[in-house]
Amino acid sequence: MISVSGLLGQTFAILLALLLAPLLSGWVGQCRAWLQSRSAPPLLLPYYMLHKLFHKDVVLANGASSLFRAAPFVIFGCMVLACAIIPSLSTDLPLAPAADALALVGVFGLARIFISLAAMDVGTSFGSLGGRREMLVGFLAEPALLMVIFTLALTAQSTSVATIVETMARRDFVIYPSLAFAGIAFTFVSLAENARVPVDNPATHLELTMIHEAMILEYSGRHLALIEWAASLKMYAYSCLGLALFFPWGIAAGDSFAALVAAIPLLLFKLAIGGFLLAVIETINAKMRIFRAPEFLGTAFLLAVLGLLVRLLLESRV
Amino acid sequence: MDFFVIMLFIPLVSGALLTVVGEREWAPNLNIIASFGTFLAAAGLTVEIVANGPRFAFGEHFFIDSLNVFFVALTAFVGLTTSIFSGPYMRNEREHGKLTAARLRLYKSMYQLFMFTMLVALTTNNLGILWVAMEAATLTTVLLVSLYRTPASLEAAWKYFILCGVGIAQALFGTILLYFAAERVLGQTGNALLWTHLVEVKGQLEPAIMALSFIFLLVGYGTKVGLAPLHNWLPDAHAEGPTPVSAVLSGLLLNVALYAILRCKVLADGAIPGEFAGNLMMGFGLFTLLVAAFFLSRQKDVKRMFAYSSIEHMGLITFAFGMGGAVANFAGLLHMTMHSLTKSAIFFAVGHATQKTGTQLMEDIRGLIRINPLIGWGLMLGTLAILGMPPFGVFASEFMILTYAMKHHPWATPVLLLALGVAFAAIFGKVQPMVFGETEAKRLPHAPAITPVFLHLGIVLMLGLYIPPYLTRWFHEAARMLG
Amino acid sequence: MNVAIPFSAQLINLFASVILLLGFAMLAQRRVLQLINLFALQGLTLCLSTVVAAVTTGQSHLYWSAALTLVLKAILLPWILHRLVRRLQVKGEVESLINIPTTMLVGIGLVIIAFNVALPISQLSHTITRGTLGIALATVMLAFLMMITRQKAITQVVGFLAMENGLFLAATSATYGMPMVVELGIALDVLVGVIILGVFFFQIRDQFDSLDIRHMERLKDS
Repeated sequence: MISVSGLLGQTFAILLALLLAPLLSGWVGQCRAWLQSRSAPPLLLPYYMLHKLFHKDVVLANGASSLFRAAPFVIFGCMVLACAIIPSLSTDLPLAPAADALALVGVFGLARIFISLAAMDVGTSFGSLGGRREMLVGFLAEPALLMVIFTLALTAQSTSVATIVETMARRDFVIYPSLAFAGIAFTFVSLAENARVPVDNPATHLELTMIHEAMILEYSGRHLALIEWAASLKMYAYSCLGLALFFPWGIAAGDSFAALVAAIPLLLFKLAIGGFLLAVIETINAKMRIFRAPEFLGTAFLLAVLGLLVRLLLESRV
Repeated sequence: MDFFVIMLFIPLVSGALLTVVGEREWAPNLNIIASFGTFLAAAGLTVEIVANGPRFAFGEHFFIDSLNVFFVALTAFVGLTTSIFSGPYMRNEREHGKLTAARLRLYKSMYQLFMFTMLVALTTNNLGILWVAMEAATLTTVLLVSLYRTPASLEAAWKYFILCGVGIAQALFGTILLYFAAERVLGQTGNALLWTHLVEVKGQLEPAIMALSFIFLLVGYGTKVGLAPLHNWLPDAHAEGPTPVSAVLSGLLLNVALYAILRCKVLADGAIPGEFAGNLMMGFGLFTLLVAAFFLSRQKDVKRMFAYSSIEHMGLITFAFGMGGAVANFAGLLHMTMHSLTKSAIFFAVGHATQKTGTQLMEDIRGLIRINPLIGWGLMLGTLAILGMPPFGVFASEFMILTYAMKHHPWATPVLLLALGVAFAAIFGKVQPMVFGETEAKRLPHAPAITPVFLHLGIVLMLGLYIPPYLTRWFHEAARMLG
Repeated sequence: MNVAIPFSAQLINLFASVILLLGFAMLAQRRVLQLINLFALQGLTLCLSTVVAAVTTGQSHLYWSAALTLVLKAILLPWILHRLVRRLQVKGEVESLINIPTTMLVGIGLVIIAFNVALPISQLSHTITRGTLGIALATVMLAFLMMITRQKAITQVVGFLAMENGLFLAATSATYGMPMVVELGIALDVLVGVIILGVFFFQIRDQFDSLDIRHMERLKDS
């Protein structure tokens, strides 16, 4: 039974995601600039970017197939769906049954496949290089992410994101070493998935090291705008997922409208902190060579598996 | 007068004393006198136990019964004869420039400390202390194995330390699990590791924990016994260390480690229904026997070969105890005694032989019978004895083990016969030309000590022909304790 | 599922997990000095967990064990090892025989085995810290793996000592510590062992001009 407030919350969550995602990117960029003693770009820079790109004409490469043109929409759609089913404000989401945590990983995977295919579609060397690297990262990151989700799903006895978050929010304050491991693993995976510093650098176009930027070199105009928007949505989705899973306090559980409203400032606050921490991580770490990325993600996988095992051994009480 | 206290006191004090006084003319004699004192005390203790039955010492921390007093007597005896043997042997090594005064001092004090740790391991009632003493025995001998400081001896000592360290860590885990099981029955008292308390409640110990604990204990102490596949340290340590050290390692340390397993087996048998512990030991024993037998034929170094022979016999003894029952245990104990005496006698003979010829390679040792008939005959007779030729005592014990195995575990007989046959062919074929044959070796500056060789062989021969009734009673008593 | 676990047990579980994690970190660490620091950290964590166990159970001998751990495992042994490394001028890099990700995967396999072995047993325990028995066994196995895969003598010794850490964790977690006599004896053995090894390192280096145990492969049965 879909309640009115549920429908309202769902719509609200999607709208908020669409609106807040570029802001989050801008905020991280600004924090990074502060930490690195550079003069900060305006907070709203991503919005200007999107505005500019939407007003430009699309230039298509010769030989670009329909896949190349469809990909940005698919990717954008995937990310919106992801944001819709991740409980950022409320766990009462009518769309939640559409995808559980495993399917969520699949949604991200679908987006990844499309962006890689599109990158290879034109046939430039950078595109296929980026696509290959993206698949490598994804290939290593996905198992780790799944392991993290399994650890949490074991606690909640369910793979539905909403149920997991509800369980997490309601539990007593208990130190779970498994959650700590899972949390660190999740952070590693998020960094890799969102093309952040130790794995990739979003601010550079240095040809030999880039992953994400290499894939979207051929895009322009509204296609590029959608992809950029999708990228920031992805970061927003991961941030919200991490916050919801590991710091779930304050997310509205029922259909109370007041709780929903109260959840907004808390979410903003948590996102601000999270963005700042991301900037800190990006500042104190150097980008590693691409060959080290498997080691980095292997560590994430290891931590996630350890979390799972520790969860089974230490915390499985009757 | 408490013989027990004196027995522990002498090696400890003389070890310290030998460190302080350093290498003097009379230091080897002090070593012998101390060992003799230990032996006398051990003999006194044995008489006392045989007459009055088991007793405690230092509260309940030490416990001496007919089982371990037998090992104590054996240890003290071989300790004495080895010290007699090592006197001239080590002097010769020094004359050859292989050892310095400082290292001789190290050798003597470590030798006494080694005796001390073994006696503690044998008599302690606390399974934790047993572990500590076993580890200490390793530590005291590591530096003895590397006494020559040659690359090969260092490598051997390193392997010895690391492998035994790993093994003994497994044993500690086993001990912890044992304590864990015991603590559920006996509670949080200091008594939960005391063997005498454990044995009273062995039926109540949790079988699952005890099974795991025994596996770890068997693997751990088994490393020190030389059970395959963790036997690799043993040939190296025997071949590269000084010969007296090889003699005590083979003759005593392996026994003590096996004794530790036996004590644990009694507990495991009480707790675990079925023949779990026994089957495990039989499996390890047979495997060890086979591995050692086939490695025997490939050896070129004489000490290495006899080290493998020790592994082989340890496998046989483990198998015997694994079969269990009064007869097999009796045979196992008898074989331990025989092996210990014979193998140390062989090492004494081999030590002098290698010193005379200046090599350990068997193909370069020829015609011992011409250089020194006593050494030649000693080696020959010792070899015949260890191979189980009648009338030596080894024959009696091997025969008992074999017949018992044929009766109760016929499937194992072909394996046993095969292994013993291969070992026989390998050792005899190599020792024969060493003893007889042409040579041109020169005299040694110090006359070798032949007495220990023939003393040991004489006892082995006597026990093969006639076991005195009190000894039989004693063995029976000990075998009964093992269940 | 939320049967309340006492706070102290949570803390001990946390420390145990950290010890396990450090075990993995040591497995992956290439540099000798960093390795020794990790070992010291492991000793410190072990000490903390023992203190928590001592406070919870009020068993006074656990305080002594904790103090012993702190002095021996977190301070004295790392200090000796540091000195040795400096005196022997061991090169910074330690290479391992198989590459690190493979080692890690083997390590995970070992942890699974250890947990499986320990699970039925820890169910039998009544101590609050019973779950850590599996972690202790896993730590022992990881240390064992480290000893197998490493080639430098010092790394092997650190592995050996890490194994002792795991055993100690097992002793405190499963049974609230062994009797004091035994613990003292074990500590003494470990200390003497390390000192002997220290002497030994110099002998090895003098003979082989290196602490790489690959040089020590001559004694073999062809």
